Order: sequence, then C-alpha cells, then structure tokens
Amino acid sequence: MTEKSREYKVDYLARVEGEGALYVKVRDGEVVDVKFKIFESPRLFEAFLLGRMYYEVPDITARICGICPIAYMMSSTHAIEQILGVSVEGPLRQLRRLIYCGEWIESHMLHAFLLHLPDFLGYDDAMQMAKYHHDLVKKALRVKKIGNDLVALIGGREVHPINVCVGGFYKTPTRDKLSNMKDELKQGKELTKELIMWLSKLDFPDFEQDYEFVSLKHPNEYPMNEGRIVSNKGLDIAVNQFEEYIIEEQVPHSTALHTYIKGRGSYMVGPLARVNLNRNMLHDESKELLKQVGFPEQCNNPFMSIIARVAETLYAFEESLSIIDVYTEPDRPRVEVVAREGRGCACTEAPRGILYHRYDLSPEGTVISAKIIPPTAQNQKRIEDDLRTIAPSIIKLPHSKAVWRFEQAIRNYDPCISCATHFLRLQVDEE
Amino acid sequence: MGRKPKLAIFKFTSCDGCQLSLLNLENELLEISRAVEISYFIEASKRVLKGPYEIGLVEGSISTPHQLELIKEARRNCRKLVAIGACATAGGIQALRNWKGSNELMKYVYAAPDYIDTLDKSTPISEHVNVDFELRGCPINKFQLLEIVSAYLAGRAPSIPNHSVCVECKLNWNVCVMVSEGVPCLGPVTHAGCGALCPSYRRGCYGCYGPKELANVASLAKHLIKTGRNRGETIRLFRLFNAWAPGFREVESLVD
Repeated sequence: MTEKSREYKVDYLARVEGEGALYVKVRDGEVVDVKFKIFESPRLFEAFLLGRMYYEVPDITARICGICPIAYMMSSTHAIEQILGVSVEGPLRQLRRLIYCGEWIESHMLHAFLLHLPDFLGYDDAMQMAKYHHDLVKKALRVKKIGNDLVALIGGREVHPINVCVGGFYKTPTRDKLSNMKDELKQGKELTKELIMWLSKLDFPDFEQDYEFVSLKHPNEYPMNEGRIVSNKGLDIAVNQFEEYIIEEQVPHSTALHTYIKGRGSYMVGPLARVNLNRNMLHDESKELLKQVGFPEQCNNPFMSIIARVAETLYAFEESLSIIDVYTEPDRPRVEVVAREGRGCACTEAPRGILYHRYDLSPEGTVISAKIIPPTAQNQKRIEDDLRTIAPSIIKLPHSKAVWRFEQAIRNYDPCISCATHFLRLQVDEE
Repeated sequence: MGRKPKLAIFKFTSCDGCQLSLLNLENELLEISRAVEISYFIEASKRVLKGPYEIGLVEGSISTPHQLELIKEARRNCRKLVAIGACATAGGIQALRNWKGSNELMKYVYAAPDYIDTLDKSTPISEHVNVDFELRGCPINKFQLLEIVSAYLAGRAPSIPNHSVCVECKLNWNVCVMVSEGVPCLGPVTHAGCGALCPSYRRGCYGCYGPKELANVASLAKHLIKTGRNRGETIRLFRLFNAWAPGFREVESLVD
C-alpha cells in the first residue's frame, strides 16, 4: 500500500488553561487537516450580562477567567467609563497599572515555568521538573508568588479580586502598605533577571514566520490600559474601529469564535507581539537584558515567546517599583459616575494579548448589549496556521515526539481556553 | 517507602480559578507534590495515572451531556470526592441560564448555535453524584483547600467554619457597612471563608461564598427593600455566582 495516512491527536491538551484538543491529519506526507479545537463548554457571559447594571459588570466579567481576572475588570471598567464620560487619572490610574503589573507577573510566571518550560526540557510537568531543577522551580514559584501578593495587596485576593470598580477602587492602599512591598519587588526583579539568563540558554526550535503582530501602542509608556491598536504591517486604528477591521467567525470545531484581520488573515497578540512593537518603551533593565541575551529586534520565532513573557515580567517589576516610588494616596478611592445612555469600548493588554470589550447601556445604566473578544480567540487562527506550517518538519519525528512538538507550538501562545469560550481542542490525523 | 496517595483534579464548566488555587499555593506546592501523587491534573501536567484516586477535587458545574457521564466515572474512581468552588457547589454564574434556558442565550453569543451541545441547566456536582465535601467560594480560599487535602490524608474530618461572613467581619473589627453607610450587604446570609474581604474594603458582601446553612434570606431581602432598594435590585444581588444555590434560588418569591 503506497497511500499512508497518519493522525496526530491529543484529545485533551495538558498545561493549558481550559479544555482544548489538537488534530492534525497527514496523507502521503502532506498535511491535509489541522485543527486546534476548543471544546470547553460555553458559559454565555455576553448573554447574561444583559439586564445587569453597569456597576456589576467588572465582577461578572472577572469570572470569565481565574488566571487573568484583572484584564477583564480593566477592559470592562474602561469601556463603561467611556460611556459615562469619565476618565480615571493620577494615582488611581497608576494603581490600575500596578495591579495589572501583579497580574502580568503571576500569569507570565505560571505559563513560562509551570506550563511551557517542561516542554523544552522534556518533563510532564513542573513537579517532575522540580526533582531535577529544584532551585529553578523554587525561584520561579517565588517570583510568581510576589506577583500574586501584589494583586492581593491592591485587589483583596489573587483570584477574582474584589476591590476594582467603575471609576477606580472601593478602597485605595496607603503609601506605607505599598512601600512595604518594595523589598519583595526588588527581590522578584533580581530573581527574574537570573531566570531570563537561564532561559536564554534553551535550545529553541528553528521556526520563523512572517507574522502580523498586533498590540496596543501608547506614546509615553509600555501599553496596558490605553493606546491605539497597531501592527507591524501597517494596522493603526483607534480602539473604536476594532470591529471594522477585525472580523469574528464561527467554526464547527470550536466553541470559541475565530478572528482575522479583514482582507488579510490571522495575526498574533500577546507578549511577543507587544515586545516586538513596543521594545523602546520598556524600562532600562528589561531593555538591557533583552540585548544581553541577544533577543532579535524583531523576533519571528514563536518558541521564543517564553523569553518575551519573562522580559515583560521584569518590566512589570521595574514599573511597579517606579509607580510605588511616586505614589501619593488619592483624595477619593474612585471618580463618581452617573448612569447614562451610550456605547463604549475598550481594549487592554491582558497577559495573553489584547482583550476587547464593547457595551451599550440604557439611560438607567442597564447593559443592553455586550461583546467580548479575548486574546486566545484572536490567536486561534494563527495557532492553526503555525501548526500547518510547522507540520512538514515535525512529522519526520517519531510519533510521540511529533505530538509533543505540536503541543509545544500551541503552548507558545499561552492559550487560555476558559477565556476564549465563547472559546479549544488539538488532535493530529496522519494518513 | 509506601505508595503515595493519589490526587486527581477534574474540571467541568468553570473559569479554572479554583484549580489554579492549588498552583497559587507557591510556598506549599512542592511539599504537596511530595505528600501526594498528583495523578490527574490536566491544567498542570501531561502525566495521567490511572485511578482509583484517594482524593478527587472537582471544579466546575455540569452543563453538557458528556459531563454527565464523566462525573459519574470520576465518582467511581475517587474515595473522597470534593466539589470545589461555586460552579461545582451551586452551578456557578453560568446557572443564570437556568431561568431562561440556554437556547435563547446561545443565539446571542453564537451565530449558528447548532454546533454547540449544552444542557438547558448548569447544575452542581451534588445533583448528580454523592459528594463528600463541598468547599464554597468564587473563588475558593486556597488555605481551606489545603486543609481539606491535609485532613483527608490524616484520616480526619476537614475543619472548615460554617458561620456567616458577619461573624468574620466582627472578628476583623470592621464597622458594619450596612448599618453605618447603608450599603447593601449579603454578609448576614453568606457562608464564611473569604475573611469578610468586601466589608474590609468598604463594600457590601456580594455573596460569592453562597448561602450559609439556614440563612434567613427572606428577612434580609425584606430589610433591603425596606431600606430603599427596589425589588429588581434586591433580586439581582442574589443572582450572581451562587444564584442556583437553594436559599438564594428562591429569592424572587421571597420579595413578593
């Protein structure tokens, strides 16, 4: 028999957040089908936001994701504030940035060291890896914990913080309370430098693509809560033009909607995109370290996203320290708001990439429409494109190694499937 | 050396936040992995060891036909089965669909809802199988999770306080936000576990740990209405992450 077909599949992908699967089918050495499936059951957030009051939205949307609740709280509060005609400035704006730094740290460290690094070293998980790299894992856990402590210090707890609201916070931290965290943050910063040096010695698969990287861009700072949406291929739009340029479509193999840039195709969001597009906005130490480890000016290798993730962790420590240094307690914990009718949208940089929210409110402040486009939904199509292009080199490997490498290619994106569902599953078929 | 007891973590419909609590025990995680064999934990590991498992932790609610089968299998495979978090103990926020049915809601999110297989209702684990312990919270308190695992390993009953958030608030010396500022607060009827976090930040409790045993929801709901909240607002307060929990579920009929 000359026709040979093989399937590569993983019915339930490990080390990603949520339920996804991989499917790749190869016939006569040609890749004929690639699916990054999402079978996470839908939770229908956009539907049950209808009829809720605007002030309930941040707490509800936080529950979309246990890893990045701050992202959901930030995108929703900014969108609603646009409708209500207020902007949050000064120390309150800086506190929002500070809590986001905490989330970037804990989420990036979780992914880089507990979920992604075992792929590079060939371990099933971080606990197995710790038997051979005990100090490394301990340091990574220590850094992760500092990120979580920062979120909890401002937000009340690390998962689903309670202190974020439309207009600002319920209660702002005292200067002393923040200053007390400085030693830990400095320690985290130094540990992160060591970790980056360690990661830079990894063996990265030789794989580059001509990506369209998309992120926010802000004139004065590394992007988090504000900015225009830009790409390396000429996209440069205001957030309220998002839906004109970025199209969502439903595909049968995913409970997450796919997205693409109108007239072009898939694109990448997340740390690699952000670093590529905003490297000049990093602080000195993270900039310097990237140079030191020889990170390319424009990095087109998705496997190296692990470096970008930890470089951003370092940035988040630098940024936290500089925010705390000049923090003064605001007079009021939040800007007062009054309900009014209108449409508003916002995009913020979740750890995994841009997170778009758009709402319509009634004159009384009731939600009458809601749309949420999470980063993993945006990366899905790009992930499938990566699997398709990397497949010819991978299928030469023994089957189990090939499957492992396919999985690693997915984990490059730190997919958060719980988020993407309305959102993932991977299976590879070889014929 | 004896064989280590096996621990399994199952996920159903949820946000991953509660199982993440285990990975958020950064200071204890490596110690835990020495005390138990983490045998099934897809979010953290590719390695899958066969059951039976000494302890199974279940995150998430049952909301698809497939999950109905999986939860029964999980029960058969675990000596102790613990439901963790509001999704697993009460159906979660996705149980808001239980009032409308999911078809109408699905149309709103997905253009072609036919591809998607879900049940009409999102329900807690205990509605389908026998559960040894229910750990409340949206999200759970990670130290309470550690207590449950430690207790079962030691062969004793877990010690988890079941009083109300009000009691925790007093223990924190908080000034009551409802009495002093008229802020609506579910503290009197909500299960303890968070350490009265919201009132400590000058906001009312929003009930993320669900109703405590024998909570007098009717009395609180009437008080809220008497002090100026309208009916819709009062019902909405209970219609969040534990909306389907008995106690909160009936709130609509209690405010007529």
